[in-house]
Amino acid sequence: MELVYAMAIGVVTGSGVWLLLRPRTFQVIMGLALLSYAVNLFIFAMGRLNMNQAPVLDPTRAVDVAQYADPVPQALVLTAIVIGFATTALFLVVLLASRGFAGTDHVDGSEGEHR
Amino acid sequence: MSLLAIILLPFLGSLCAAFMPANARNVEAWLAGTAALATTVLVASLYGDIQAEGVLRASVPWAPSLGLEFSLRMDGFAWVFALLVAAMGTLVVLYARYYMSPEDPVPRFFSFFLAFMGAMLGVVLSGNLIQLAMFWELTSLASFMLIAYWNHRVDARRGARMALTVTATGGLALLAGMLILGHIAGSYDLDVVLQAGDTIRAHAWYPAALALVVLGALTKSAQFPFHFWLPHAMAAPTPVSAYLHSATMVKAGVFLLARLWPVLAGTEAWFWIVGSAGLLSLVVGAYLALFQRDMKGVLAYSTISHLGLITLLLGMNSPLALVAAVFHIINHATFKASLFMAAGIVDHETGTRDMTRLSGLYRAMPITATLALVAAASMAGVPLLNGFLSKEMFFAETVFIDRPDFQRLGLPMAATLAGMFSVAYSLRFIHCVFFGRPARDLPRAPHEPPGWMLAPSALLVFACLLVGMFPAHTIGPFLAVATQSILGASTPEYSLAIWHGFNLPLMMSLAALAGGIVLYQLLLRRRADTVPLLERLDGKRAFDFVQTALSTGSERLLRILVSRRLQVQLLLIVVFALAAVLLPLTADRAGWTLASPGLPDPAFALLWLVGGACALGTAYKAKRHRLAALVLSGGTGLATCLTFAWFSAPDLALTQLTVEVVTVVLLLLGLRWLPRRNDASAPDIPTSTRLRRWRDRSIALLAGGGLGSLAYIVLTRPAGEGISPFFLEQALPLGGGLNVVNVILVDFRGFDTLGEITVLGIVALTVYALLRRFRPAPESMELTQQQQEHSAPPPDTDAVLPPGPMAVPAVLVRLLMPLALLVSLYFLLRGHNAPGGGFVGGLVLATTVILQYIVGGTVWVESRSRLHPPHWIALGLLAAAAAGCGAWLASLPFLTSLAWHGSLPLVGELHISTVLLFDIGVYMLVVGATVLMLVALAHQSLRAHHRKPARAGEE
Repeated sequence: MELVYAMAIGVVTGSGVWLLLRPRTFQVIMGLALLSYAVNLFIFAMGRLNMNQAPVLDPTRAVDVAQYADPVPQALVLTAIVIGFATTALFLVVLLASRGFAGTDHVDGSEGEHR
Repeated sequence: MSLLAIILLPFLGSLCAAFMPANARNVEAWLAGTAALATTVLVASLYGDIQAEGVLRASVPWAPSLGLEFSLRMDGFAWVFALLVAAMGTLVVLYARYYMSPEDPVPRFFSFFLAFMGAMLGVVLSGNLIQLAMFWELTSLASFMLIAYWNHRVDARRGARMALTVTATGGLALLAGMLILGHIAGSYDLDVVLQAGDTIRAHAWYPAALALVVLGALTKSAQFPFHFWLPHAMAAPTPVSAYLHSATMVKAGVFLLARLWPVLAGTEAWFWIVGSAGLLSLVVGAYLALFQRDMKGVLAYSTISHLGLITLLLGMNSPLALVAAVFHIINHATFKASLFMAAGIVDHETGTRDMTRLSGLYRAMPITATLALVAAASMAGVPLLNGFLSKEMFFAETVFIDRPDFQRLGLPMAATLAGMFSVAYSLRFIHCVFFGRPARDLPRAPHEPPGWMLAPSALLVFACLLVGMFPAHTIGPFLAVATQSILGASTPEYSLAIWHGFNLPLMMSLAALAGGIVLYQLLLRRRADTVPLLERLDGKRAFDFVQTALSTGSERLLRILVSRRLQVQLLLIVVFALAAVLLPLTADRAGWTLASPGLPDPAFALLWLVGGACALGTAYKAKRHRLAALVLSGGTGLATCLTFAWFSAPDLALTQLTVEVVTVVLLLLGLRWLPRRNDASAPDIPTSTRLRRWRDRSIALLAGGGLGSLAYIVLTRPAGEGISPFFLEQALPLGGGLNVVNVILVDFRGFDTLGEITVLGIVALTVYALLRRFRPAPESMELTQQQQEHSAPPPDTDAVLPPGPMAVPAVLVRLLMPLALLVSLYFLLRGHNAPGGGFVGGLVLATTVILQYIVGGTVWVESRSRLHPPHWIALGLLAAAAAGCGAWLASLPFLTSLAWHGSLPLVGELHISTVLLFDIGVYMLVVGATVLMLVALAHQSLRAHHRKPARAGEE
């Protein structure tokens, strides 16, 4: 399980970083999206992988900490997902405005000598 | 308490003054005068307490857990200085009322003036080193604003910049010095530091602390070689020069040296650094004052010289010299301020301060002339005036200093020489301006100023006379209190008598007087306009050179180190992140053995086979096939979502799923305005591009491999003891909820969530604002292919259903609406005890609203009913904040959850909590923000000016 999970993080991170380093704005926005998946998965993994142990308490029994998944990384990731959406929206609008303004979708605002 | 009032009063006055109308000259003066006078009275009223108790203290806790507090401390020396600052402030306010012209924007002047006064009192009364440094910088800032008061003048702006650069740099050095001092002493409390003198002087870092503190003091007090800013600061209005640049601010440097005298003085290093800076300033300042044409220029260089005298006295390592220094601080303030006022009066009444044009003003303005004459005599050290007394003490100190030969001989000679210069420039100042033939071509006909303008100057001159004639009965007790508080038990015996018999110091005084008169006679014959010998000594040129060198140097450095290109910056970020992770790996590799992998669930492996392939596909397609890339990244998102569900995170899975939907809609809407890339795939890719791609590939491989193996290493190790058990155990007793993730979000860490939804709201409004003036790429302005093919008529807003092929889906989504609303409310309400909550509920509702837009079309939907997303954002924030503030009613901290559990008739058992209100706030804000962003983007298609070029093309 852990191996697959770790490899998944690795593949998504690699694709994200590759896109992040590309010159086109749309590539970068996709790269950020992939990278945020990977990072969310990574942070989530800090609570270790537990199955069928959702951190929803059973009121009829006394709380046994070992019975539940770690809620802290989950709370962190939940807010990260929502904020990630907001920043994607902001980046998208800046991207569109930059395309209209600069006439190119290169992240540097001009084609430069590179492609 | 009154200590606090002394500091607060000027600042409050400053605040009031800032908000008055520009022409309220009298009200402003009354306000400032009252504030200054009240401060003076407050300070004066503490004299009895100072005498009785020695030191007064007051402190306001600020960050008690860090041991930081705002502490004030007043001993005798601080009392004398505070009285000087406050009383001089009162007089200068009165003077400024008549000096400032009705056209000047006086609120700014009096506001900064009072702010300076408060800052200066803060320096004097601080009981903490860091706090002192802070107020020190505040005085620099206030001085900057006041020098640049007439900001239409180039010289004012440049002078202000130079003063700020020099004094604020010194202030930074001072802060560093204070940090070292506090570190050595073990506390930043002034009392502790003053007790730790021996420890500090013996410490290895003493030289560094000394150099830094002295650097701060010398720059502030305009001492050689940092003296050059003071003459340029004379571009300030004269009241400012009289107050800041003669009586108070420049004295902050010597004040600090005297304040820390018990801690830092007594070493050879102190003698050589402080003493030589003082001596050089004394002689060079006096010499340069001889050749100034501007009346204020003479006074500025004379101030440098007199401050040099004080610095030299402080550097002599003798308690008697310290007494003389404190005495001279007071004396110099009185005569120099009144001289500045006289210079200002002359400037005000004649229109010029140029000493080559002024002459014979005695007939036109006899009172001013007399006052200036007496003050200048005091400056020159003529007997029966206060300047004479402290200068005699200084001469005595130079004669009786306990140093090796050449210093014993050289110091008195240098002192006499400086005395001669001082007599000569004082004589020139008076003789040139007030005597001789009456000047003819003055801009204005000179006459006496209004009586109230003369009053402050007259009072100061009267003080000079009084102290000069009856020193023991006037200044004596105050001086005793001040010096006692610095020196404590080692306060020496001294006599304030005028007549000490025929001794060497008196001879030196007489020699200086005679020599000064002769020197002035020689000077009168001179015609040249340049400064002999020291012509090349121009601090301003050096300052400009250093500044230019620094700015070109930093530009060059920036060009090497910084790229304006985003691509390079991103690359650097990734590479640095990699290096930061690799660094600990190289250090200790003992615990890095990998555990053997367990057998994976084939379904999970399959899930990520697809998910990983989608990620790779996104990377491959994102350049030319954006839609495909978007769909593929959605695949990875779904895999992520399923993973969350798989590993016991239902809340995350729900949120990820809903966010995934709105993100895809968002990006699709964006793609409409991103023109197709039309460069046909070039067959010949340059080698540099190939190389760069390989470089990026290997970086991506490293990053992916790195994060993956890091995750694997962490996952195969047992979890450490964290804070999670607390949340799990206390969720029900403290938070009253079963869904621990939701309890953390809305209760335990509610403040974080409040911040987060605020950010969400801000981002949504920013997106909206950016889109209001959005200009899309010209290529994407024409209608899309689909729109052209169907060439739909303007939508009929009266139709029951939207026309065309969307009629059936429209029926379905309209049926969906109430259902989705119900589901979203269900998620919201049950969120505290089961997976769900405000975020998920809000996103569900937002998705449904968007669906209406997609199917019905913007115009048709908005003709039916309009959601006002900004209102939702505002109400959501208000609800969340109100839930937080509700805790105040029960006098609990912000965002403490309150719950009420009971039963109502008919309804039955109920559990109501402020947490629910908070979650409703989150819900509303998420709905508002999401809908606002998406709809704002969708609205771009409706905007008329985007379509104009397309229509023009059709015609």
